[in-house]
Amino acid sequence: MTLDEIVNPPVKKTTGSRRGDLERTMVTIGSSLVAVLVAFVISGLLLAITGKDPFAAFSKMGEVATNTDKLYETVQRAMPFIMSAVAFAITAKLGLFNIGVEGQFLMGMFWAAVIGAYVELPAVLHIPFVIIVGSIAGAMWGAIAGYLKVKRGVNEVISTIMLNAIALQVIDWLFNEFFRFDDGTGSLDVRTKQLPESAWMPDIVDNQLNGFVVVVLLVVIAYYVVVFRSRFGFRLRASGLNPEAARTSGISANKMVLLAMLISGLVAGLVGLQYLMGESHSYGPTRPSGYGFTGIGVALLGRNHPIGIVAAGLLFGFLEAAGGPLQLEDIPSSIVRVIQGITLFSVVIISGAADRWYAKRTTERAARDMQLAGSGEQEVAA
Amino acid sequence: MSDTLIHTDPAPQPESKPTLLDRLPGSNNTILIAAFLFVLLAFVRTVTDADALTSSSTVGVAIRATIPIMLAGLAGLWAERAGVINIGIEGMMILGTWFGGWAAWQWGPWVGLIMAVVGGSIGGLVHAVAVVRFNVDHIISGVAINILAFGAMRFLSELAFVGEQGGGISQSPPQSSAIPRINLPFLAGGGDTTDILGNLEDRGWFLISDIAGVLGGFAHNLSWASVIALTLVPLTGWILWRTVFGLRVRSSGEAPGAAETLGVRIAPLRYAALSISGGLAGLGGGYLAIISSSFYREGQTASRGFIGLATMIFGNWNPIGVLGGASLFGFGEALNLVGPAALPKLFLYLAIVAGLVFVRSAMRRRWVPAAVQGTLGVACLVVFLTVDKIPEPLTKSVPFVLTLVVLASATQRLRMPAHDGKPFRSGEDH
Repeated sequence: MTLDEIVNPPVKKTTGSRRGDLERTMVTIGSSLVAVLVAFVISGLLLAITGKDPFAAFSKMGEVATNTDKLYETVQRAMPFIMSAVAFAITAKLGLFNIGVEGQFLMGMFWAAVIGAYVELPAVLHIPFVIIVGSIAGAMWGAIAGYLKVKRGVNEVISTIMLNAIALQVIDWLFNEFFRFDDGTGSLDVRTKQLPESAWMPDIVDNQLNGFVVVVLLVVIAYYVVVFRSRFGFRLRASGLNPEAARTSGISANKMVLLAMLISGLVAGLVGLQYLMGESHSYGPTRPSGYGFTGIGVALLGRNHPIGIVAAGLLFGFLEAAGGPLQLEDIPSSIVRVIQGITLFSVVIISGAADRWYAKRTTERAARDMQLAGSGEQEVAA
Repeated sequence: MSDTLIHTDPAPQPESKPTLLDRLPGSNNTILIAAFLFVLLAFVRTVTDADALTSSSTVGVAIRATIPIMLAGLAGLWAERAGVINIGIEGMMILGTWFGGWAAWQWGPWVGLIMAVVGGSIGGLVHAVAVVRFNVDHIISGVAINILAFGAMRFLSELAFVGEQGGGISQSPPQSSAIPRINLPFLAGGGDTTDILGNLEDRGWFLISDIAGVLGGFAHNLSWASVIALTLVPLTGWILWRTVFGLRVRSSGEAPGAAETLGVRIAPLRYAALSISGGLAGLGGGYLAIISSSFYREGQTASRGFIGLATMIFGNWNPIGVLGGASLFGFGEALNLVGPAALPKLFLYLAIVAGLVFVRSAMRRRWVPAAVQGTLGVACLVVFLTVDKIPEPLTKSVPFVLTLVVLASATQRLRMPAHDGKPFRSGEDH
């Protein structure tokens, strides 16, 4: 045994790094699945307590899950969730909380509807144009929070909460003062001017699934490449994991915050476009809401990983799609919202516990290996 | 040092004589400033003939608009003083509106208010279990509570209200009885006596009618629930700053590690503080469903939980500050309802205030702030002269914009509890 080996005893590797990775992934996936299961069990109990038949509910959900039409609807409903989760995850990787996806997506949807309606372009250009307008509007709204954090030290959680509320009011004002469009039918459902057909997202499956799914896929892939495979992504994650170390190695924290908020807003601006370009074709007070917050849940359940986010988004989309059929079985359709909410709690609690358990086990194992190596060394000395 | 021993007043500036203007905002005489600002408001009311600015009906509505926001602010205060960020106030308020509205419909308003508190504190306890027991990030748990509360209450509405007369998936049937309201005798015409304040208010005299209007707002139609809610402000201050329990709660927000080494158990304290926090938020929700209206409606809270959080921040984590911020927003909300035409007149008021502050800065030769204040003053004056109606959405966004402005400009003057929002596990940190 060389002197070097005595000073630094070789640790016998009981777990190869690849095996360790696999184990880690298994723990992550396992804990998320357990969390979802727990949420279903609790919701089932809730149904039973309130005098509804949980098994009827779950078998109905099973039917929904095996119905092709409902699967298309699942994907359709999942799109905004996935998009919103990606937007949140980008900042989460930096250790920031962009609670403002809600406001950013409303801004994106509103400006895309308004500007898109007054432009005449062939469809090949019009569709990307509307998408770009939406993402820029979202990015600019997100950048406000980034600017306030970098220049004035305002916590992004508080500023994005305020900006969500401001976005709602500003949009209400702009809509009422400038962009209400009288279509001459005397309908009470007043909306903005309708997008020309060249800006409508073509359907892939008639009236069930539109082409926006391509945009969603591209965004998810871009998220993976930019955050997990690029130098920028490495810096982003490094700053998130250890801001001090990142700063000493020359990464500008301010620049990271600004960029992350901009990109996050960019993606958030796309959240409402599936609905705008594929379903409503105009903006009105009966807008969708809550995507920004549900997206946080989806990102948490998916552990900010692209595949995880897609899976979690599909689960939430499936729950939304199952609401209607459940209602027909005399089961309150809002039970799906309860399942979503409980999932959120169970996933943060269970995955947190699983992470701590795994970390403890790894250190214990490493300590045992050290001990083994140490006793080997004593044998040599004897 | 000897100077300060001899002179009780701060030493006068050598270059300028201390004028009234110089001393007013510079001294810490809050009551004097408040009185001055009120006289100014009375002046603007008289000049512009905008009676709604200080009328008793505006003040009455303002009280009812202030209280839910104030309770949400106090809810935030209790949580954050104990070191836990509570983004879930909105959700706990939703629980309060539902449980309050449901119980008040079933058993009357008082039971309703109690159930609102119970419902809210269940939300607070869920937050506590997640944050204290399972060490979940405070923000995430709060967001989860908001989402869960919304979904769960819609679920319960489907079970409890659908099929009832006047009820549905998004609202409860109306309540049949209300909490009694107070009309003071003689001052406000209670019990068929004369209405002195009302008489004075109708005269339109400068200052006297204004004072009568404000007092009248409190003396007329004041709900007992409002009285109870308003006493919670001094009560919170007393408990947190004058009792052992309060000291421990605050120590858990400032330095839980140090408190723990002195034998204070942090976990039970945070459970207690968060259930109080949830209870206050729930009471705010119940107030909305029982006093502000007479039934539960989905979306009734309308972001008041977040506005409450805002008042807590620029009330500097202080109950009186919370009350001040909440009444500012309550006043705005009331003016919007009672006399929206009076809103632009407020810009004259703002212009005068900005002008005075500008003069003060200029006399102290602080040119940069003076320039900003001068510009703001002129802008306010222009708005006052040109705009006759301010769109409602814009006035509604004022609390949020104001919060951002305050946070962006006065961060160094605000001091949140030192350990607020940071993860804490018993046995660490020391």
